[in-house]
Amino acid sequence: MRATAVERTQSTNPTLISIVAWMLPGAGHLWQGRVQKGVTFVVTLPVMFAFGLWLDGRLFPFEPSQPLVALAAFASLGNGIPFVIAKLLGFGQGVVTAASYEYGNTFLIVAGLLNMLVVLDAYDIALGRK
Amino acid sequence: MTSHLGLLVLFAVFVSIVFAALMRDEPREQLRFGARLLAGFVGAALVLSWLMYPLPL
Repeated sequence: MRATAVERTQSTNPTLISIVAWMLPGAGHLWQGRVQKGVTFVVTLPVMFAFGLWLDGRLFPFEPSQPLVALAAFASLGNGIPFVIAKLLGFGQGVVTAASYEYGNTFLIVAGLLNMLVVLDAYDIALGRK
Repeated sequence: MTSHLGLLVLFAVFVSIVFAALMRDEPREQLRFGARLLAGFVGAALVLSWLMYPLPL
């Protein structure tokens, strides 16, 4: 299993794997034969993102005039396609008065940051470091 | 669900799962490491929350 993954890795562009891993959380690991880890990320990160939306969290816009908001937007962008789908469907408007608003924001932001770590891990695997 | 403790535990579960899968390769090691992470997150949150309890808002 691991040998197959290494062979597949050596013939694949690490940058391409990183892009795919960003677009769909866990896809980079699945592509490289790390099925158990890939399935874990495919399930966990989108579910965490969905919980963030359900908790009335906000997908922050990119506002360079407000650095913290821009950072939150950048972190949320780490969710990849789920982020794009949620934006297109109009989710993630955020309900400031909801008791769970800040929790929702935290779930959305941290899900994106965790996926960035997953992307880096997939990149390391592609380079043969792991 | 608006229980602070419930959301805290749920958040800790997600983060523990991802970190365990990232940092350990074998499923048994992942389970053990994830459980320790979860216990650490929840335990630290409870200790910190009780330490802050006497502080005025």
